[in-house]
Order: sequence, then C-alpha cells, then structure tokens
Amino acid sequence: MKNIIFCMFVITTMLSPLVMAEQVNLYSARKEALIKPLLDKFTQQTGISVNLVTGKADNLITRLKSEGKYSPADLLLTTDVGRLYRAKQQGLTQAITVSAAISTLPNNFRDDQGHWLGLSLRARPMMVSVDRVDAQTIANLEDLISPEWKGRVCIRSSSNIYNQSMVASLIVQLGGSAAQEWVNGLVNNFARPPQGGDRDQIKAVAAGLCDVAIANTYYLAGMLSSEDETTQQQAKKVKVIWPNQAGRGAHINISGVTLAKHAPNKDAALKLIDFLLSKESQLWYATTNHEYPVLADIAWSELLQSFGTFKAEQVPLGQLGELNAAAVKMMDRAGWK
Amino acid sequence: MKHINWLYSWFNVWFVSIALGCMILAAPVGLVFVSVFFPQTEIWQHLYSTVLSDYIVNSLVLAFGVGFFVIVIGTVLAWCIARYEFAGRKQLQWLILLPMAMPAYIIAYTYTGLLDYAGPIQTLLRETFHWQYGDYYFPNIRSLPGAIIMLSLVLYPYVYMLARTAFSEQPSSLEEVSRSLGVPPIKHLFKVVLPLARPAILMGAALAMMEAFADYGTVQYFGLSTFTTGIFRTWFGLGNGIAAAQLAAMLTSFVVLLLILEYLSRRKIRYYFQGQRSQQINRQKLTGSKAFWVPFVCVIPVFLGFILPVLQLLKWATMTYSKQLTSEFWLLLWNSFYLAAIAAITAVILALLFAYGKRLHPIKPIQLLVGVVNLGYAVPGTVIAIGAMISLSWLDIKINTLTENWFDISVGLVFSGSLFALILVYSSRFLAVAMHNIDTGLSRVKPSMDDAARSLGYKPLQILKIIHVPLMKTSVLSALLLVFVDVLKELPATLILRPFNFNTLAVRAFELASDERLMDAALPALAIVSVGILPVILLTMLMDKPDPQSSQVN
Repeated sequence: MKNIIFCMFVITTMLSPLVMAEQVNLYSARKEALIKPLLDKFTQQTGISVNLVTGKADNLITRLKSEGKYSPADLLLTTDVGRLYRAKQQGLTQAITVSAAISTLPNNFRDDQGHWLGLSLRARPMMVSVDRVDAQTIANLEDLISPEWKGRVCIRSSSNIYNQSMVASLIVQLGGSAAQEWVNGLVNNFARPPQGGDRDQIKAVAAGLCDVAIANTYYLAGMLSSEDETTQQQAKKVKVIWPNQAGRGAHINISGVTLAKHAPNKDAALKLIDFLLSKESQLWYATTNHEYPVLADIAWSELLQSFGTFKAEQVPLGQLGELNAAAVKMMDRAGWK
Repeated sequence: MKHINWLYSWFNVWFVSIALGCMILAAPVGLVFVSVFFPQTEIWQHLYSTVLSDYIVNSLVLAFGVGFFVIVIGTVLAWCIARYEFAGRKQLQWLILLPMAMPAYIIAYTYTGLLDYAGPIQTLLRETFHWQYGDYYFPNIRSLPGAIIMLSLVLYPYVYMLARTAFSEQPSSLEEVSRSLGVPPIKHLFKVVLPLARPAILMGAALAMMEAFADYGTVQYFGLSTFTTGIFRTWFGLGNGIAAAQLAAMLTSFVVLLLILEYLSRRKIRYYFQGQRSQQINRQKLTGSKAFWVPFVCVIPVFLGFILPVLQLLKWATMTYSKQLTSEFWLLLWNSFYLAAIAAITAVILALLFAYGKRLHPIKPIQLLVGVVNLGYAVPGTVIAIGAMISLSWLDIKINTLTENWFDISVGLVFSGSLFALILVYSSRFLAVAMHNIDTGLSRVKPSMDDAARSLGYKPLQILKIIHVPLMKTSVLSALLLVFVDVLKELPATLILRPFNFNTLAVRAFELASDERLMDAALPALAIVSVGILPVILLTMLMDKPDPQSSQVN
C-alpha cells in the first residue's frame, strides 16, 4: 500500500513539469489571496501558467537554498526588502537583465546590481485618535519618546519584520546610539506590552486604550473598506499623521521580486516581472490591496488619497536588510517584547 | 546459550527494519541536535543577557499550567462520564471530545475577537456603564494565563480519553472490596481509583504538555516570548539558523526530561485487568441536586472549548462566505482530507511495527530509537520541516547528480518537492500520538497470549495480524483518528513543504488570519473543525462499544 502511494507521488511529481507548456514557478511570501488574481490575469494574457507556493519568506529562502541548482523556483516574491537582500546575500539570485519596466523604477526601489526590484510600496506612519489628539501636537517619530506620550503608545511585537525594518532604517539615518535611545524611549511610553497585529493597534487607539499607534497604511485601508460595520467605525476614529515631513520623511518598505539563480524558466519569469510592473498590475495593487504603486504615474485609490500625500525616506533599502539583526538586538536590549 | 539469544535479538529483520525506519524518521529531529556542535558564543551571550530567561520561564509555566488544567478538567469529566448515569450523558460523552477538532490558534483568534479591549463584550460594558479605559478591571486574554486557558480548552480530551478508558476498565470488584472494608467513597477515589488510573492520566497530560511546548500559533498571536517564538526570532530576525536550532535542541531536552519523569512515574506499574475482569461496572444513577450540577459542570468545557468559538466563527462566516465559497474551496477540503488520511495510515502502520518490535525484542537499543522518534511530537513543526527539507534536498541533489552522470537526465526533486516530504514530517511528528495509543493497547494484551500463539507455531507478523490488531482494534482506530485530526490541524510543516499549487484548509485559514482578516478566515476554520468532527464522533462510538479485548479474553 505504502509502496503504491509512494510510486504515485514519484510519478506525479516527475510528470507534472512535462505536461505543462510554458510556465513560471513562483515562491511567494505574499499570501495567495493577495497575488493569485494578478497571476490569473497574467496567464489569461500570455498563456503562461504560473505555479505557486506561498509561505514565510525565510522558509522559502531556506527551501531555495537547500534545493540548490535543482530548485524549480524561478522567482521569489517577498513583502519586505530585508528578505530580498538576504536571498541575494546567500547567492541565490541573479541580475534581472532584460526587463523593460526596470528602467522606469526609482533608484532606491531596486538593487544596484539589479538582483531585486520593488513591486509595491508600503508606508508605516503614525495613527492618532481623532477625538483625543490634536494632530498639530505631533510631527515626528522622535516626539513619541517625550514624557508627554508616556503610557499612550501602541505598537506590535518586535518580532515583526515591519518594526525590525523601521528600527534598521533609524539606525541608518540617526546612527546606533540615537536609534537605541529612541527605541528605549518608545518602550518606556508603551500603553501595554506589544500584542496582536497592526489592525489590533488601530483598534486599541479607537477604543481608547492608547492615543497613538504605528501601523502600515494598508491595514487601516483594509479596515475602512471592511464589510463589518464595527470595524469601519473603529477605523474612522483614527487619523494618519505622516512623520518627519520637514526632515527625513516617513518610513517605507517595499514588496518585491528577485530572480532565482538557477531559474529554469527565465524568459517566462522575466515576462511575469514585466507584467507585475505594468500599469494594470500597479493599479491593481493600489486599488485592491491599498498599497502604494512603485511607479510614479499610477493613480491611487480614493482611500489612499484620503490619507494624503507624503514625503518618504530616501534610505537605500538594501541597507535595511543588512542591519536587521542589529535592530533585533537593539529591541531585545530595550525589552521590546 | 545466553550469548546466542543476544545475537539473535540483535541481528534479525525486526531490529534492522525498526532501526532503519527510526533513523529515517529521526533524521529531521537529529539535524537539530547536530547544531550543538557549532557553538555560537556571541549570540548566546546576547540571548542570555536579554531574553533567554523569558523563553525558559514562559515555556515551562505554559506547559505545566496546561498540564495542570488538562489533568483537572480531563479527570473530572472522565470520572463523571464513566461512573455516573444522568440526563444527557450519552450526548455529552461525544460532545466532550469536540474541542479536539479545534486548532489552538483558531480558538485563540476567536476569543481575542470576543474579549479584547475593542471586542464586543468590553465595548458593551463600557457603553452600559459609561466607563473609560482604566475605570474597570478586565482580564487580558493575550497573556500567559490566557494562552494556558486556550490550550487547555482544546487539549483536555487527551487526558479525558485515556482516563475514561482507565476508569471504565477498573473492575467494580475493587469498589466492592473497599465498601465491604468500610472505606468511604472519597478515600476509595484517592487511594484506589486515581492511583490505578495514574499512568493513563499522566500519559494524556504528557501529550498535552508536548503540544504546549511546541505551540507556535497561539503564543505568537498573543505576543508571548517562549522558546518557539524565540526560535523564529533568532532564526529570522537575528539571521542565525544554527543558534535557532540550538534553542530547539534545548526545548527538546526539556521534553526529554518530561518524558523521563512520566516514564519513571509509571515504571513500576503494570496492570493487566482483562484476565480478571468480572463484570461491567454499573454506573451510579444521580438524583437530586447532583443530577443537575454534574451535567452542568460537564458542559462548561465543551461550551468554552467548542460551542462558543464555533458560534463566533459562524457569525463571521455568514458575513464572508460568498467570497470564500468557491470551487477552489472544495479542492482545499479534499486536499486536507486525503493528506490527513494517508498520513494517519502511514503513521499507524509504522507505530504498529515499532510497538510490536519493541514488545518482541525489549532491548535497550530499540527502546532508545523508538524513544527518539517519539520526541518529534515536541519539536515545533517548523523545525522538523526545515530538518526534513535540508535532508531530503540533499538526497535529491545526490540522486540527480547520479542520474545525470549515468543516464544524462535529471529527475527533479523527487522527495523534497513532493508530498513524500510532508508525509515523512507528519509521521515523524505524530508518531508519538499513534505510539501512545498502540502501546497502551498492546500493554493490555497479556504477554501469555503471545507465548501461546508462538507455541502454536505462528510467526510474529501473523500474531500481530490475527491476534493483536483484532484485540486492540479500539486502540488502533483511535490512533488513526487522532493522527488524522492532528494532521488536519497541522500548519507550519504543511506551509513549508507543500509542493506547487497545493493548498490545505489550515494553510488558507492561517494565511487569511495572519493577514489580520479573521472574518475571511472563519469559513476555512469552520471547515477544518467540521472535517475534524467526523473522526471524533467515530471515536466516541468506538469507545462506547464493548471492548473486544474483554469479550475475547474472557
């Protein structure tokens, strides 16, 4: 019995690549629901089928690495730049050579050797209570560590990659000791030990548990467009404050893609990259997912427009990946759970 | 003569095949321990001075807290169901098992939705009494005690099942003896009944505690620093896979200690009841106020561990089902089902062979090997999955190099890229569950039966097939069903190792929930629970039937 089953697996796995016509194999850290519709469109337009495995970025990178040159993966999609950097660092990627769209990307949204590039932009501003906070009283991330905000700040766990990247970007821009000081001060002002995700921080502000939260904008947008009345009401009780607009700008991160070193279907993979950078796909990110497009001339959704325009940090994003471990240690030292 | 016996017990088919099987299954766990030989001084200094004590204390408190609660809940329920007759008992005895079908992370999601500061209950309180934040006390669900309660609510059935079998197997003659000697019932309970059931209760508790040690979904969602969250933080955040594996090895060592304790506690106890079983015990009919509060007490764990969360999920699902209920959904359902079924059958066949081999040749090396494989249950799924991925990919690369050299074709990732990898990981992770059941079943078949069959000239495998398996049908089936439910709920390994274009309900529910779309996750979560209910109901029907063991032996 076991032998029969086993043989079936072997046969099916051996046959599957032969049956398909042109195809791309995709390892995606982006959840299926947030990428599949785009991939289906791509298949419709080009006839190239896309095979998908989703998972956590680091697991996918480990998988890519251990499979070595026999890896079936063509592309790796991640939701933060640190992982793209890590994949390149481990020698798992190659330069994306011929892609029409790549030249239109701003410089800091792509690797200087072209190994990875950004597909969508994610911003992490402050969000304050509409009722209890005068938006004029807070302008910079640095304000959050003043005694005035003691016991009023909500943010999720430091195990989360968005917080790790944010602290890494502070290390780049402020230097190690100033960043540590900021982290210590922030922990000191926490309203509660970090728990839950970004939406939970927004809900906590709405419910009066804290007055300011740090969260990614697409979570707020997702809540505002929720089917659930209560969720919508909660989201309406907070307001986005873009930090450091007079200075370095608000913290951003990218979701992006990298080309696997041993990609067996390189041509099809490049076509998919082009497609993901096309106007149509960029518009989809901006309207369905409420992420900011990486290309400048794409219209934002109404929701995104309602948050206002902002000045973004100009940090070379690859450095965030380099400093990730340093950021985690910094938060460990400060007691940020 | 002794020397020849020794040789015989070492070099035979059983020993070789068990050793080989165990080594394959233990490879993923073994890889974790190899990490110990690569010291990571700098990172351990950092861990030691910052977070390590948190990891240790929280993990221990979590596991022992869960152990305590599952023993209390499981034993009380088992006692009531096994010994009392009351209205609703028949329905309750299967209702009580239902929380098993509920993955811990899902119950955590639903309770957080209900009890959180921004949730409906606290909001209602605030609106009714015009309270503000800080005006009133409300227990925080996202805390260590909260996690202990969540896990206990879904894990108590482990103790309940084993304890109930133990209680209903105790011959009523024992009670008669106590009564005739003038021993009061309460003393009989603590001096006779509980000590006799202790091995079963502790075994159930050990399983629950291993689950608690390995839990990632709940503690991660609650923002607790435990070993499992620490492993991922060290690995992903600090980017140090070796130190992460060392943390995992440390966690596994705790479990080894736990298992040694459990083993020591029942080492001297070997009971064989079947031979002397005289009559079916009579359940005491409850009257008066007891007839009211006993069923009431029994309903509480089911209500909290199953009914309430399911109601919440139903409410969410009605809001989102139109988006989720696509043709693809049925594919997910089918994938989950057949994957769990194949894994359950594989694990039980292996467990039967191992357990029987252990009985045939009770020598140290076999016991040790089987013991090592049992450890898989306590190692977080992700860690085993990564271990399997690395070892299987290595094998695949070797195979491909070979075929390329000899035949000039590459066969692709035969093992690591197929469902084989998943089945291997499930087997190595859930073998302990199957083994516990089958070991218990086997240990109740008196060794004299083996001797009798052997003296009639039957071969070991024949004996296993025609005597043991029919005799312990209940144990085999409950092993099958338990592994089935466990695989159905399993998440991290499935997420890491599944092949292209292959999804399960658990993966879907997790993806949506981790994207903070709890409402969208409700439908797949409900589907996991309902597929999981079927085996649970089957299980209760089995437990209710007269035990074939007793009828045949007598």
